[in-house]
Amino acid sequence: MKTFGYTIQNDRQIDFDAADKKLYRYVAEKEPDINLCIFCGTCTATCSAAEFKNMSFRKISLFLRRGLTENLKREIESCMFCGKCTLVCPRGINTRNIIFNIRKGIEEYEF
Amino acid sequence: MSFDWFVLPFSIGALILIVVLISRYILWVIKLSRADRRKSWRSVFSFKLFQAVWEVFNESLLHRKIFRVNALLGWMHMTFALGWFLLIVIGSVESKFHKEKVFNMPYDPIFLRYFEHDVHGFWFAEGFTTIMDTILLLLLVATIMAVSKRFFKWIYGMKRTTKLHPGDQIALASLWLIFPMRFIAESFTAGIYGNGGYLTQTAGDIFATFLPLKSLELGAWWTYSSALCLFFLFLPFSRYMHIPTEVFLIYLRKAGVKTPDNKLTGFSEFETYSCSRCGLCIDQCQLSETTGYDDQAVYFLQKLRRNILQEESSHNCLLCGKCTNICPVGIDITKIRLLKRTEFAPEMLFNYRHYENVIHHDERKVDVAYFGGCMTHLTPKIKIAMTGIFRKLNIRYNFVDENGSICCGRPLKLAGNHMQARDLMQENKRIIIATGAKILVTSCPICYNIFKNEYKFDKIQVLHHSEYLNLLHKEGALKLTPNEEKMVYHDPCELGRMMNIYEPPREILEKSGKLIPVQKEKNFADCCGGSLANLPLSEDNRRKVSKEALTKLLAPSPDILVTACPLCKKTFSNVSDTPVKDIAEVVYERMIE
Amino acid sequence: MDTNKTVAVIGGGIAGMEAATFLSARGITVYLIEKEDKLGGHLLDWERLFPTMRNGSEVVKFLMDGVKADNIKIMLSSKLTAAEKSGKGYNLRINENVDLFADAVLVTTGYDLFDATKKEEYGYGIYDNVITSADLEKIFMSGKALQTKQGNVPKKIGLVHCVGSRDEKAGNVYCSKVCCVTGVKQAIEIKQKMPYTEVFNFYMDLRMYGMHFEALYKKAQADFGIQFIRGRLSEASEDQNGGIILKVEDTLMGKPLKLTVDILVLLIGLIPAKGSKEVGELFGLKNGVNGFYKTTDQHTLTNSSNVDGVFFAGACTSPKTITNTITDARAAASTVAAYLFNYRSLERKIEQNEDFWLYNTK
Repeated sequence: MKTFGYTIQNDRQIDFDAADKKLYRYVAEKEPDINLCIFCGTCTATCSAAEFKNMSFRKISLFLRRGLTENLKREIESCMFCGKCTLVCPRGINTRNIIFNIRKGIEEYEF
Repeated sequence: MSFDWFVLPFSIGALILIVVLISRYILWVIKLSRADRRKSWRSVFSFKLFQAVWEVFNESLLHRKIFRVNALLGWMHMTFALGWFLLIVIGSVESKFHKEKVFNMPYDPIFLRYFEHDVHGFWFAEGFTTIMDTILLLLLVATIMAVSKRFFKWIYGMKRTTKLHPGDQIALASLWLIFPMRFIAESFTAGIYGNGGYLTQTAGDIFATFLPLKSLELGAWWTYSSALCLFFLFLPFSRYMHIPTEVFLIYLRKAGVKTPDNKLTGFSEFETYSCSRCGLCIDQCQLSETTGYDDQAVYFLQKLRRNILQEESSHNCLLCGKCTNICPVGIDITKIRLLKRTEFAPEMLFNYRHYENVIHHDERKVDVAYFGGCMTHLTPKIKIAMTGIFRKLNIRYNFVDENGSICCGRPLKLAGNHMQARDLMQENKRIIIATGAKILVTSCPICYNIFKNEYKFDKIQVLHHSEYLNLLHKEGALKLTPNEEKMVYHDPCELGRMMNIYEPPREILEKSGKLIPVQKEKNFADCCGGSLANLPLSEDNRRKVSKEALTKLLAPSPDILVTACPLCKKTFSNVSDTPVKDIAEVVYERMIE
Repeated sequence: MDTNKTVAVIGGGIAGMEAATFLSARGITVYLIEKEDKLGGHLLDWERLFPTMRNGSEVVKFLMDGVKADNIKIMLSSKLTAAEKSGKGYNLRINENVDLFADAVLVTTGYDLFDATKKEEYGYGIYDNVITSADLEKIFMSGKALQTKQGNVPKKIGLVHCVGSRDEKAGNVYCSKVCCVTGVKQAIEIKQKMPYTEVFNFYMDLRMYGMHFEALYKKAQADFGIQFIRGRLSEASEDQNGGIILKVEDTLMGKPLKLTVDILVLLIGLIPAKGSKEVGELFGLKNGVNGFYKTTDQHTLTNSSNVDGVFFAGACTSPKTITNTITDARAAASTVAAYLFNYRSLERKIEQNEDFWLYNTK
C-alpha cells in the first residue's frame, strides 16, 4: 500500500503490521519517557502553540507509536519548546526531549 | 663558548613548543570575526595593553582569584607561576651579567651554573645566587604542595580534584621533576666547583660527602634538560597550555573581544585552552553532586579540546552558570556550552509562520506592556498580583500575553535552535512594540534575559518585575506595610548570574518584611532544578536537585520562601511544605492602597 | 470473659471505632484515643456515601453503638505525646499528664486530604468559585443551596478527577481509589438538587472497581445526563463574572476544549496523615514509598508493622473506602487478639519483598 502525504489521514485503519517503528525506536532509546504517557491531554490543554495551531503532544506520542510519521511532522512543527507541557505532565515525562529527538530522528532518517 | 650536548633536549623542545603555539594562535586569530581582529590589532597601541599586562600580573602570576577561594591553593599557584617567571627573568639578567653581553643563547640562563663556575669574579654574583636559590626553594615547596594536593585535597578546600588524562599526567610528572632536578643538578655542580647559593651550596657540600659528584653531574643536567623537553613537548596537549594562552586571552578580553550571541569564534578557542583544569568548577556543579553526573565544565572543555564532544555533554547541563561564576580564568563556559548545542540541534520541522499576526491588541495608549511569560500562566497568583498592582496604582498597562503567548525564543536558543528562535523573536517584538508602551515588564527571568539582551528594543525599557516594583517603591508610588514573616529569597539563575539582578528584589523584600540571608546566595545561589536548559534531565533527577537546593534554602526555617521566577516557584512548590511565593505576591499582599 | 489485656487504639475514626468494638468483644480493655473532641473522623464531614447514597451519619451511629461497651475508655481531645516500651507492652503518655499502659497498640491514624492550593494552576484559594470535594460535602451537610460566591445558581459545574493523585508533580504517584466514584456520586447529588445545572466530569480514567460502582456510573449517564469528558485539566482562570474558564483537551475528540463553568469542584486525593508521621516517629514505624505506613506484607500481614506489638488498621496504610476500612478494622482486631493470646496464626512466615521493585526509589 502506498500513501502520499496528506492522504494518510483518510486511511480507514491504522496498519500496525506495516507501520514503520524505526523512528519510535530511535526516540525511545534516547528518551524512554515516551512509554510513560497515559494520554490525559494536559500537555495539549496547556500548550502555548495549541492556542494558535493544531499541536498536541499527546497525539505526537500516539503518532510516533503507530508509525504515522507524516501526521507527526505536521503536528510537531509549531512546537516552540516553551516547556509548559513538561511542567504539567502528571507522569513527569520529559516532553521537550522527546520533541527534540523526534525532530532529530526524522532529520536523520528522511533528509 | 658554553655548549654541551645536554642543552639540546631543552632547546629542541622549546623550539617545537614555540612553533606549535604560534601556529595555533594564528589559526585562532583567523577564526575571529573581522571586527574582533581589528579590535585586537588596534589595542596593541593603546592603554588597553597596559591594562592587560596589569591583569596578567594579577591573575596569571599572583592568582588573586584563587587566593580568594583558598589561601593555600592561591599560594601554591602563585609560587609556581610567579616563581617560574622570576626564575626566567632574573636568570636571564644574571646570565647577561656573567656573559657581559645583551644577546646570548636562550639556554644560557637555564644551565648557567653548569657553565659558569666563577662566582667571585663578579660582585653581584652572590646576590644573584641568593635570589635564585630563594626562588628555587619556593618552587620546591610549591612542588611538594602540588604533590600533596593529589592526596590531601581537603587541605586546599576541594572535595574533588580533576581526573587527568595521560597527556596531563606526563606533563604533570615532568613538571614535578623539573625543579627538583634543577636543584639536584645545581647542587652537584656547586658541590664540585663551589658556585652555589645558600641552598644549592649547602646541599652540594652534603652530597659531596657521600656521592661521586664528578661522575654524576652531567647525568643530572641531562635529566633536568630532558624533563624540560618532555614538559615542552606535552604542554600543548595538556592543561599547561593555559600558561601561555591565558596571557593572550586576557589581552583579547581587554581589547573588547568576546563570544558573540550566536556562534563560537576563535575567541572561545583561546578560552578553551586557557582552562588550567584547576577543578574549582567540579564542586560547584549541582548535577554532579546529586546525580553522579560527570560532565562538569572542566571535562566539557577537555572533551572540546580533544574534539570528542558528544551531544549528551552539551545538553546535560542546567546552564545555571555556577562554573562560570567560580572560574578563576573567567572562561564563559556556559556560553560555550550553549553555543555548542547548535551543532547538535535539528534544523527541520520548524514552522512558525502561523504565529504571524495572530495576536492583536486594542488601540488604547498604555505606558507599560506586561508580558507574563508562558510559565506564569501556570502560577496565576503572579499574574493576579501584577495586574492587581497595576490597577491599584492606576498604571495604564497592557497584558500582552493574557490570552496565549508566543514564546520569547529563549527556550529554543537553550536547545541550540538559534535560527528558529529568530522567527518568534521578530513576531513577539512586533506585538510588544505595537502596544506603544515605553516600559516592558516581565515576570519571567527567561523572557527578561532575551528581551533585554537580544530583542534590541530602541524605545522600550525592559524590566523584570522585581526591578519594576522596586522602582515604583523608590519613586513613592508603591507603599508597603511590612509584616513579621521571616522570608528567604532564592536567586533565579536567569535573573541573578545571567542578568546580575541581585539587589532590586532584596531591596523591595527588605521593605516588605524580614528578609533573612541564606548560606548560598547571589552569585553562589543554587539552581532550583527546573532548568529549561537541560533537555535530557529526568523528572526524578530534577526532584533530587530541587530537594537539595530547597533543604539549604530552608535551613534558617523561614515562614516563606520567596523567588522571582514562575519556573523556580513551580519547581520548589512541588517539593516544599513551606509556602513558596513570588516577589510580586509578597508585594501585592503588603501594599497600602 | 474479661481478660486483663489492654489495647490502645490511636485514632477515633471509623477504623479505630470498629476495631475497638471488636477488641472489646473479646474482653480486652480498649483506650480509644482521639485528638478531636468527637469520634468519627473524616466521616463526620461526609454527607452521603457511594454507591448507595446512604447518609454517612447512619454509619457513624452504627459505629457509635459499638464503642458504648464498658471496657472501651474513650479519650477525646487526647493526643499521644510519648511512648515507651515496657515489657511486652507500652507505657503511653497522653496530653503530657495522663499515663497508661497497653499490651498492644493499634494505630488508626487515617489520612489527610490533599491540599489543593498546591496545584496553583487550578486556582483553589485564588478564585472564589473553585472548591474541593470536601468543601462540597460541607455545603451539602449544611443544607444550604449550592451557589456561586456571587450568589447565583450555577448553570454549569465541572468536577476534576485525580487532583493530587496519580500526579508525580504533586509527589503522589498512587491512585487515591475513592475519588472517581465520589466524583460520580457528587455529580449525581448536584443533579438531584439542581436538575437544570449541567455537570461535567473531567477524568483520565474512571476506576469503577467496586460492587455497584459501575451501576452508579451508568445511572449518572442514564438518569442524570452527566457528561464525562476524558481529559485532565491543565489550568483554570477566572472571567470577569467570576466564572471559571477551563483549559482541557478533549482527548477523545483530539481537540483542545474551552469551557466556562460557574463552579469548579476539585476531587482531592488522600495523602498520608500528619498524625501518622507523628505517631510513627514515637514508635519507629516504617513508611512505604508513598508515605503511608508500610505493612509487613502486601498480601497477608496487612495489619502488622515493623514494631513488635504495634498494628495498623484503616487508611493509614493506604487509601480505603469506608467498606474496606471497616473490614480492615475487624481484621486488625483479630490480629491484635492473636498477638495478645499467642495464637499460632501469627507464627506463620512469608518471604518479604523488601525492595519494592515497582518504584524507582534510588
